[in-house]
This record gives sequence, C-alpha cells and structure tokens, in this order.
Amino acid sequence: MTSVKRFAGLLVLSACCMTTQAFALGGETDMAAAEIDRDNINSLQRGAANFMNYCSGCHSARYVRYKTIGKDLDLSEEMLIDNLMFNAKETFETILASMPAEDAARWFGTPPPDLSLKARVRGADHIFNFLTTFYVSADSPTGVDNMTLPGTSMPHVLWELQGYQAALFVEHESDGAVTKTFEGFEQVIAGKMDSEDYEDFVRDTVNFLAYIAEPIRSDRRKLGVWVLIFLFFFLIISSMLKKQIWKDVN
Amino acid sequence: MARIEAEIGKPQGGFMKWIDDRFPLTKTMKKHVTEYYASKNFNFWYVFGVLAMVVLVIQLLTGIFLTMNYKPSAAEAFASVEYIMRDVEWGWLIRYMHSTGASFFFIVVYLHMFRAMLYGSYKKPRELIWIIGMLIFLVLMAEAFSGYLLPWGQMSYWGAQVIISLFGAVPWIGEALVEIIRGDYSISDITLNRFFALHVIALPLALIGLVFVHIVALHEVGSNNPDGIEIKELKGADGIPLDGVAFHPYHTSKDLVAIIVFLMFFCAVVFFAPEMGGYFLEHANFEPANLTATPEHIAPVWYFTPFYAILRAVPDKLWGFILFGLSVILPLFLPWLDRARVKSIRYRGWIYKAALTIFVITFFALGWLGTQSADPVYVRAAQFFAIIYFAFFILMPYYTTIDKTKPVPERVVYHD
Amino acid sequence: MTEDDLDRNRRHFLVVATAVTGAVGAGFVAVPFISSLKPSARAQALGAPVEVPIGSLEPGEMVKVLWRGRLVYILRRTEEMLSRLSDNADKLRDPDSEEVDQQPGYAANSTRSVRPEYLVIEGSCTHLGCAPLMDFEVRPAEGWSGGFFCPCHGSKFDLAGRVFKGVPAPTNLRVPPHRFVRDDLILIGQDTGAA
Repeated sequence: MTSVKRFAGLLVLSACCMTTQAFALGGETDMAAAEIDRDNINSLQRGAANFMNYCSGCHSARYVRYKTIGKDLDLSEEMLIDNLMFNAKETFETILASMPAEDAARWFGTPPPDLSLKARVRGADHIFNFLTTFYVSADSPTGVDNMTLPGTSMPHVLWELQGYQAALFVEHESDGAVTKTFEGFEQVIAGKMDSEDYEDFVRDTVNFLAYIAEPIRSDRRKLGVWVLIFLFFFLIISSMLKKQIWKDVN
Repeated sequence: MARIEAEIGKPQGGFMKWIDDRFPLTKTMKKHVTEYYASKNFNFWYVFGVLAMVVLVIQLLTGIFLTMNYKPSAAEAFASVEYIMRDVEWGWLIRYMHSTGASFFFIVVYLHMFRAMLYGSYKKPRELIWIIGMLIFLVLMAEAFSGYLLPWGQMSYWGAQVIISLFGAVPWIGEALVEIIRGDYSISDITLNRFFALHVIALPLALIGLVFVHIVALHEVGSNNPDGIEIKELKGADGIPLDGVAFHPYHTSKDLVAIIVFLMFFCAVVFFAPEMGGYFLEHANFEPANLTATPEHIAPVWYFTPFYAILRAVPDKLWGFILFGLSVILPLFLPWLDRARVKSIRYRGWIYKAALTIFVITFFALGWLGTQSADPVYVRAAQFFAIIYFAFFILMPYYTTIDKTKPVPERVVYHD
Repeated sequence: MTEDDLDRNRRHFLVVATAVTGAVGAGFVAVPFISSLKPSARAQALGAPVEVPIGSLEPGEMVKVLWRGRLVYILRRTEEMLSRLSDNADKLRDPDSEEVDQQPGYAANSTRSVRPEYLVIEGSCTHLGCAPLMDFEVRPAEGWSGGFFCPCHGSKFDLAGRVFKGVPAPTNLRVPPHRFVRDDLILIGQDTGAA
C-alpha cells in the first residue's frame, strides 16, 4: 500500500506542474497577459464576429468549419449564415479568406498566414500584444510598425477602433554607443474606442483565435473529469482485490 | 465406452486437452503466468516493465487508427493531422493518446532502466536481458524520431534536419549516408514517405520482436528483486522458491493497481494538458514545415535532450557525433563495467550510491540544458555534465571494485 | 461460515467487481475507436446534397449524377413509359413499394416518384451493387416493356426501378431522398422531411 501512497504523491506533484504550464508559452518578458476567459461564450461570440469582420478578409482559418463554431458557441444556423458566413454558402465549409492568397502575397510581400493554429504556435498573449502595439512609423510601407513583431508586413487593420499611437523612445549614450529604450505609447489620433474598450475587443478576438486553435478543448476537459472519476473508482476496487490476494503472503 | 470414444476420435478431457495436444497452451500459461515465480518484495520500481507493455499496446492501437486517416505526403501530412484533430470523430483523443504515449513511453522506459541500475538487474545472469533491453531502447529512439517527422510541422522538419545532418559527420561516407537516409538532396516528401514506412511497419515489428525476446530471456533466468537475491537458489519442498509468489494472481493484481494509477497520470495529461507546456507537443510544431525559415528556438523533444546536450557540448562535428553516439551506447556495457560483488544498491557502499545520485542529477541537468538555447554559459555547463556522464561509466570498474559492500541476506526483505 | 469462507466470498466478489469494471472501461475505450471509423466531418461535407438542373432533359432521356460518390439516375419518363408501368404488376416482387427502406414515404406510390414524370433512383443493383444498364426498348416477344438490366448477375427492373421475380436482386432499386427546388432543379440528398 505504501507504493500506492507514493503514486498519489506523484499525482499531486504532476497536477501542480500542469497548472504552471503557461510559463513555457511566453518567451518575452514584458508581455501583457491577454487574460482571456476560454469558457466565456459571449466573449467567444463577440470574438467570432470581430474575426469575421476584421480578419477573414485577408486571413483564412482553413481547418475550421462554420458548423463547429455554431455548435460550440451556441449559434443557430441562421445566426451563422447572417452574421458570420461572409465567404461561404454552406455551414460545413471551412473559413477561407475573401482575398486570393496570390494577390495578398503581391500586396503585402508575404501571404497573410492561416490563423487556425496561430494561438497554439504563438500563445494568446503574443497575439494580444501584437494587436495592441502597432505604432506609427514613417519607415514602414504600411505606415506602422509593431512592438511585438517588429517589421511586420501587416497594416494596422484596427486603426479605426484604436486610433494611431506613437512609440516614445529614450536614447542613452554609454561608451559611445547609442541605445534606444522604449518608454511607452502616446495616442496620436483617437479611435472610436478608448483603450479599455479596445483591449476588450482584442481580448475577445484573441479568445476566439485560441478557441479555433483547439475547438475540442472544453469538451476534452469535461470528459477528462469523468474519466478520472472512473479510474479512481477502478483504483479502489483493484487495490482492495490486490490486498485480498496478498493477504496470505508473509 | 471409453474405447469407443477413442475410436471415433471424440476429444477426451474437453476442449483444453484438444488444444493442448496440438499447442502448448496450458504449458505456456504455467511457465509464464500461473507458475512463474517472482520475488514477493517487488517495490514501486518493479512496475515499469508492465507499464512499458501497456504504453506499447496504446501506441500500436492508436497508431493503427491514426494510420487510417494520416497522409504521408509533404503536401498533405500537416493538414491530415489537423483533419484527424477536427474532422474525424474522436480523432483528437486518438492523436493525443499517441502523442502523450510517445513521451510516457520514454518516462516509463527511463524509470525501468533506472530500476536496473538501482538493483543491478543487468548483472550476471541477466546480461542478455539488459542487452536486448538496450536494443529496444535504440529501436524506440528510432521509432520516436521517425514518428516525430510525420506531422510535418516546423519542429518535425528542422529537428529531422539537424539529426539527419549529424550522420554527415561520419568520415568518408557521411554525405552519401545522409543522402541515402533522406532519399533526396534535402528532407522532402520522399523522406517523409520512407520515415512513415519505418515508423508504422519496420520499427514496430522490430520492437515487438525484441520485447518478446526480452521477456523470454527474463523468464528463463527469473526476475531480479530489490535485494538482488537469486530466489531460485532457495526452494521449498514443493520446488517453489521460498521468496517467490506466482505471477498470477499475485503480481498481476499488483500490476493492475499500478496500471490504473499510470492511466490516471496518462489521462490527466491527455485530457488536461496534452501539450504539457510545450514539452510533449511543441508549439512550433503547430506551424507547417517551412523550408525557408528555421524556428527561433530549436530543440529536440525532451526525451532526446540529455544526449542532444552532449552533442552540442562538443565544438567539433565528428567528435560531437562520436560522443553523442557513445553516450547512447555506453549503458550497454554496464554488465561488464560494474564490478561490484552485490547487485542491489541496498548492499552497496557509499561510493556507488553517491555515483548513482550524481549520475541522476547529471542526466536531469543535461536534459534541461538540451532544451535551452545554445548560450555559451549553457554549453559550458553541458561540457561539465558531459564529463561527469562519461566518468560515471568509464570509472565504474574502478569505483565499484573499491566500494565496500555489505553482506547480502539469504532471504529477501519483505514487510507485510 | 468460517473466516476462510468469508475470505473466499470477499475475494470472489472483488474478482468479479474488478472484471466488470475493467470490461466497462474497455467498452468505454472502444466507443471512440469505433466512432472514429464513421464518415468524418469532411466526408459529410463532401457528401452534401447535390443540385441537378433538369430543364434540358427531354422526355425519354436519362442523366447520371453522383451523390456521396453513389450513382443516381434521373429519368424523365414519357407518357407512354408511364402507361406501361402497370403491365407487369404480377411479375414484380414488390409492385406496391411496400419495402419501406427502399424509398422515402413520398415515393411509395405507383410511379415511385415525387412527380410521375421524373424517376430518381440509385443506380446500384440491390443484389451486389453493380450499376444497372438502361434498356428502354420494348420487346413484346420477350415480354420486356423497358427497364433496367444489371450486367453482373442478370437482375431486371422496370421503369420505376421495381425488381422482377426470379432474379438475384431481392428488392427494388432505392429512391434517394430528393426534392424539387424548382420545376427545373432537383436537390438530391435532402428532402427536409417532405417532397
């Protein structure tokens, strides 16, 4: 029975490890946390609308079917067709961009990446920071650069909402070398939203991206609880049997 | 009456007799299950053999079902994995079981090997079991490596690029060898296709064959135990080892408990953390292979990193390859490197205990360093630990000889 | 009862309980594996209903289309063809389409169709799945008033896809779910319950 206890200890230990799994995601130090709530259906619904309105013109999510979104986000077929399906006719279709990839590649240098799995590659925090840290830059053909992904070829698609901000740098001189450090942003042109609303807007969008990266996530977690309960029950019975069988060993 | 039955060929003694006259079923069951006696004092460390079997079964079963939907082509592989994850009913579960199984296979096998080092299970008369086990480990590494290319993600591609390039270090034939492995001038659709063949047919067959032989050899000499005592040497009047209990129902009932606990760990990962923070499924591998851009940070999956750290610690391609290969192969020689008179760590002196502790720390340190970027500080540290790693094996004949051992009791230590 | 008996009972109970729990667990595990063999979301998407324009189909003409990779025949029958449907009632196995699996309710009539003119049937012999050939020529000498003939094992069907007696095919050709979107457009694979 001592070995069983030891196993139980390990189980607790590994559970602790799992809760800290987020740390491996973000490499950058000064990244704001996206603080998305993956179980918030309303946030996901808003995010879906944001995605379709602002992203799906250029970005595909080619592994994601509208039908799946409808089922997971409690959207009826009519709501799907009327509010989300701009580029598709049937709910079983996948999300394809309106813009042909070749045109996109010609206009932006690189084709806009597919967003099905972006949140799994980069993490929600990275995308959140990316979408909030565009700043005016005269050197860039799009007129903006990005603090999170410097040199990005993506224009500031959400400028109407966020407005334009400038990045403030402070120059230091030490040993003859000039280094620049980033001090903060300054709003240059106001957008339709204040910064708090804008962050919420981005948060919903990122939440949706995190959802489409793994639509099964919430189902698997729910099922997992039952699986572990079943195994725990099985564990009790089998250890009673083991004890009974080993009774006569001395 | 009996005579008449015999004449018309009716089975006597029922179905089992009919089978046994034609196939040694009862005999085999007795030899390997109901009358296979293993020590009654098996502890925690003795469950990992059966757990490895469980993982093997999980991998074979999920692998068969994945193969039904996976497409081994550069153009379709990545999409077919996402197809499994999203479009195939329950495909996500089967895939997560397989990806989690890969990591658990190594966890279990490493613990199984560590058990052998704790209790001297590789020592006479079990040298051959150990050698077969090491072959299983090598095939398992090849199986994991070939399988890792199949999702055709960024890490699949660049990881394979690095490891295959390694073979280019072989003098004279290096370049030719690399081309033979890839079947192309770079890793391509052709490479993916042949790795698929190796991963789903050749290597699993080898694995199953070796596991079978591993167990046949084990049951010939009998299992070791935490005291390192040969229980066969002390038999009762009935010919049964005094310290042994039958594999079934004793060890089977114990193993069942272990299997369930194992499945709880396994399911906890599958259902709640299938990526395991990027260690079991690496983030960069959710991006399709891009031949024009290496991911910023590239490291093999965690189970290869101790050896990978040794490779990186050597500032020379050929020597890096040699030492990398040596670090994998060296444990094979343990039965002859270890000169101690006793098997179990319970009766060894402080030197071996210290050496083994340092070795475990070294292995973990190398494993961690292998996941980190090639920063000069980390490379220095890896060099330091690589030296300790090799010293553990190379100095073993010396320090196990001078180590003071304790007398081994006649009977195993068993607490109810 | 002695303590030994109690022990034996307890052990027996635990063995059974463990075995049953294990069997239940194995059953649970089998579900996802077997379910994964069903048509996937993509297969379902590819197997979506197909629209077939029939505006240019002349009387007596037939088109073949694929739905879910299965062959579907659409035959526009002439008045004369329809009039011959009642000729062979006694030679048919199921003249009144009583076999419910072979057609949706709305096609279980004397012409086996939504609109008498248009016959929509699967071109798959109910014997072993070969595609029956059309043979619309009337040959009174042979007692043949037009229909379908399966080249594989000689099954015969009339112009409503009804099987003749004395051939290997057991049932009438299947009528797939379908509906008329417009007068000149048929949707195969979907009927939303009614025609």
